[in-house]
Amino acid sequence: MRELSLNILDVAHNSIAAGASLLEIVVEENSASCEMLIGIYDNGCGMSADEVQNVTDPFFTTRTTRRIGLGVPLFKQAAEMTGGAFRVESRKNAGTRITAQFKTDSVDFIPLGDICSTILMLITMNTNRDFLYRRIIDGREFALDTRELKDILGDVPLNEPEVAEWMRGFIEEQTQIISGGVK
Amino acid sequence: MKTLEELNAIREKAKATMTVREDNSDVIRVVVGMATCGIAAGARPVLNSFVEEVARRRLKNVTVTQTGCIGMCQYEPIVEVFEKGKEKVTYVKMTADKVARIVNEHLVNGNVVTEFAVGSFTK
Repeated sequence: MRELSLNILDVAHNSIAAGASLLEIVVEENSASCEMLIGIYDNGCGMSADEVQNVTDPFFTTRTTRRIGLGVPLFKQAAEMTGGAFRVESRKNAGTRITAQFKTDSVDFIPLGDICSTILMLITMNTNRDFLYRRIIDGREFALDTRELKDILGDVPLNEPEVAEWMRGFIEEQTQIISGGVK
Repeated sequence: MKTLEELNAIREKAKATMTVREDNSDVIRVVVGMATCGIAAGARPVLNSFVEEVARRRLKNVTVTQTGCIGMCQYEPIVEVFEKGKEKVTYVKMTADKVARIVNEHLVNGNVVTEFAVGSFTK
């Protein structure tokens, strides 16, 4: 993958396949310690202890189901090759938490890329689910919660072009603010 | 600043202009493969372009959705177009640049863009 945001898009699809109604995606950066943490947390069907053990094995997938495949191993590799860490926690019928830690000063660190497009695509292509996107840069944070947006929008769907445009503007603006780019 | 009040205004406007989808029988379905293979090959901008182009032209009879692995990973990004009463058309090695032509020639005017379709690559 050329961008970590593509790994996020890919791995989040596992949560959707697991029937999650709420997905939380966290991207946290700390410039002093040169670290980035990406969390994908869902309330889907979860996995057994056995499945959790096998989930990072690229040869675990069976062709008929294609439930995991290369997505998780590639994400794990992207984290570990920077000197970071990768963790999968899951409980059957409770949900799955995937956490990837990156060292951003490593030469092998793949840039985050267009995270805004990833989040928007997940939201607009899965309007029947809820997403909580949290972005944290050096302790400053903003969040986009589709449950909040749905309360305001009523029966106007999140994939209505003007709504999608508003969300893009909101994410870009807030990201700039917490990066210290706009006063 | 984007505010939640703005979203309120968008809702009022959208409610007034939202039109009911046209008769389901002539709906065209555009399906983009978004498994690991598709995403790695560049499916995200392709899907984005379809959504934007369809919205820009206000094509009410076209839906854009995603699916998993279509099975020919070496030809990703792959886009399938389903239209009732017609054979499925599979576009391969898609890029965002090719989208406008497919929307214009195929989705609007009904002419398959054969040079982007799977047949012209596998022969």
